[in-house]
Amino acid sequence: MPVQDVLEAKLENGLTVLLRESHAAPVASFFVWYRIGSRNEVPGITGVSHWIEHMLFKGTPTFPKGEISKAIQRLGGVWNAFTWQDYTAYYEIVPAENLDLPLRLEADRMANALFDPVEVESERTVIISERQMYENRPWYLLQEAAQAVIYRTHPYRYPVIGEMCDLQSMTRADLYNYYRRHYVPNNAVAVAVGDFSAPAVLERIHQLYGQIPAGAPPEPVRAKEPPQLGERRITVKGPGVTNYLLMGYHSPPVDSQDFMPIMVLSTILGGAAPMGMGGGSSANRTSRLYKALVETELASGVTTSQRAGRDPSIFSVYCTAQGDHTLAEIEAVVLAQIEKMRQEPITSAELERAIKQTRAQFAYSHESVSSQAYWLGFAETVSTYNFFLTYAERLAEVTPEAVLRVAQTYLIPDLRTTGNYLAQNEKARLTGEATPAAAAAAGIGQ
Amino acid sequence: MIAEKQLSFPGPETITRRVLDNGIIVLARQNPASPSVVVRGLLHVGANDDPADKPGLASFTTEALDRGTTSRSFSEINEAVEAVGASFGIGSGRHTASFGTKSLVDDLDLVLDITADVLRNPTFPSQEIEKLRGQLITMLQERENNTRAVAEDFFRELAYPNHPYGRPADGTLESVRAITRDDIEMFYRQTFSPVRGAATPMLVSIVGAIEPEAAIARIDKYFGSWNTQRDIPRQHQAELPPLQPITEIRRRSRTMPGKSQSDIVVGCHGIKRNDPDYLAASMANMILGVLGLMGRLGHNVRDEKGLAYYAASRLEARLGEGPWVAYAGVNPKNVNLAVDSILEEFRRMGDEPVTEQELSDAKAYLTGSMPLSLETNEGVAQTLLDLELYQLGLDYLQRYPDLVRAITAGEIQTVSQKYLHTDAYALSVAGPE
Repeated sequence: MPVQDVLEAKLENGLTVLLRESHAAPVASFFVWYRIGSRNEVPGITGVSHWIEHMLFKGTPTFPKGEISKAIQRLGGVWNAFTWQDYTAYYEIVPAENLDLPLRLEADRMANALFDPVEVESERTVIISERQMYENRPWYLLQEAAQAVIYRTHPYRYPVIGEMCDLQSMTRADLYNYYRRHYVPNNAVAVAVGDFSAPAVLERIHQLYGQIPAGAPPEPVRAKEPPQLGERRITVKGPGVTNYLLMGYHSPPVDSQDFMPIMVLSTILGGAAPMGMGGGSSANRTSRLYKALVETELASGVTTSQRAGRDPSIFSVYCTAQGDHTLAEIEAVVLAQIEKMRQEPITSAELERAIKQTRAQFAYSHESVSSQAYWLGFAETVSTYNFFLTYAERLAEVTPEAVLRVAQTYLIPDLRTTGNYLAQNEKARLTGEATPAAAAAAGIGQ
Repeated sequence: MIAEKQLSFPGPETITRRVLDNGIIVLARQNPASPSVVVRGLLHVGANDDPADKPGLASFTTEALDRGTTSRSFSEINEAVEAVGASFGIGSGRHTASFGTKSLVDDLDLVLDITADVLRNPTFPSQEIEKLRGQLITMLQERENNTRAVAEDFFRELAYPNHPYGRPADGTLESVRAITRDDIEMFYRQTFSPVRGAATPMLVSIVGAIEPEAAIARIDKYFGSWNTQRDIPRQHQAELPPLQPITEIRRRSRTMPGKSQSDIVVGCHGIKRNDPDYLAASMANMILGVLGLMGRLGHNVRDEKGLAYYAASRLEARLGEGPWVAYAGVNPKNVNLAVDSILEEFRRMGDEPVTEQELSDAKAYLTGSMPLSLETNEGVAQTLLDLELYQLGLDYLQRYPDLVRAITAGEIQTVSQKYLHTDAYALSVAGPE
């Protein structure tokens, strides 16, 4: 199937619309992306974008609370939403003949969400509970601490979920004003992919979204990260017996000509990133770091990632220590592999394999309408949708020299942040109060 | 219109089913719109086969299969699969070991060749076994530090004493340290076979850019000559011991200092997938903790009381009577309130019929969502395996909407009374003080 065939339109109020017919299965997927996320936040209201996402499920005058999800599910559909640094997105996947309801729902809540004060308070504790779920995870604690140090001024330093103090103190007015300010058609991208007629869907979008007034363009994010003048190191202590290592380097934004070479670099060092919606896992047992760390039993796992951000981003290496090996041992091996990347060009065989892997992932990503809609919308939100359409061919243009150049440009020791999660090995206490029979069977008292 | 749509679901007209000479059952369906081929398969060997003193043996053995064969090293296997952007995975469950591949159609031979090699000719090299052991131990240590995993493990121990379901499928730190290479090789030789007893043949489904007869020929080429009878005798899969009903309230908790949130698992024994009560129980579960935003549990615990980000339910109805549980993550000071709220919803499911609206919403979702679950090759391949594994019949998807529509509120109330108890259940909690 050709990857073109995108019907692109811009309504008078500034709403960008991307439509693509896909007749392989009788399903359709609809996304609305807003260019609003933690990138747009400031201290005092960190987490506001994510909280707004929750409030958009709390009802409008037309669709009272709970009715949105029920209405979608009655049609056999699924729905959800997600918030990240650069965006907040809402989606529905439905049997194709039922696409009209998602179109109406999203038009409605673009402008008419209620933000009932009682619901705001009830959601406060839900979101605090969500934050506490993340805090239970060592990787989350390390990542949150590291990104606050990698960035000194840029809002990418704030957690998307929000700082606890802000979640405790934010007001209904903070939320509602932020919503009204940023949920405007000229700050949104609507994407549909599926078994429908694109011109007909475009006409319906005109009807439903055309009269929503445009707002002032969003405030540009003015913060620019000052140069880093030396390595930064952090330590996070927490429960458990397993230690974790994170190394982060400042890296290019998605629109940079260095982006594709650093994606190839990441694939060769840590494995190919899967392109399904929401990621997923891809085996990466041939990468350089797997061979250097997992084959040698220093680490039980290693991955790398290059964030695709609108602003300068982070290239990260994540390692899980195995056995009694120290993070210092692991760090030394990672640094040796990174130094090799900076000294020698990758082989043409490595490059060819990285390109082939990504091509296959790219082909798979076209097999579901939601994956296509996700990628088109994501790309248009952080760059342009052409970023997705031309992904494979731009990848094929990457040369070993380009990968060497980006390694030398970005993987500089002074521009690194190194984070250690040090498990405190506190013996979990057992306080069983089971019945004697069950206790005996379950082996309580070991 | 509806009849025509139902016919477009996979059924006897579009699923090709074949039994190979060695007993393997193959199900194939073509998807001309796709460039890829997905293969899913399973063998009847799993954690239920673990000796009581060696929990985790089936899992360790299954994970070790691709660490080397008579003709390929572990790294050669990885190089071959990853070089073409294909994926190959193998995993162990309680009743079955499953495998799956995804590749572009041109690479199908390559991935099938490797899959067959891994299943038929593993050599379990000592050095690779030790590497894997280190990874498994790290994984188990991470589980020990995960409140949700600890609560799930405790629940199983409480709900299934003296039963394989009560043991950790991935083993314990002690057992994984103690399992030897000889244990693994012997377990493999005794249990991995295309047929373990007449009722439990290996199943393979293959879906995507390949015509069914060609697909079946490919499976036959790589697996058709797998005959294990001449080798040492295979052990048939042991019957599970009968379940001992939960007759009282069982509680267990673990304090995990330094954590922010407590995880709760509370529930009872459920049913098998092919139990006549399955559809009613499945709809009860959807109303209890799935539909809308996590059903009645989500409404009560999250939406009304603001206690949790997640509060939902899960019915594990497969080859045995798996658990039917509610689970939630809450602030430690709210554990009792959340448990009371969950039990209140258990009670309501049994005391009152569900509303007409809830019933019709659940029916509409279950019938309406079929096109979504069948959109991808992965979805179809898994569905075909399930049709065969649970003996549902190739026309099940076409009959399914009528089966769903026939379920009554009375039947849902009856299964809820039968399985969801408020005076006999297991409850586990893991979290900070």
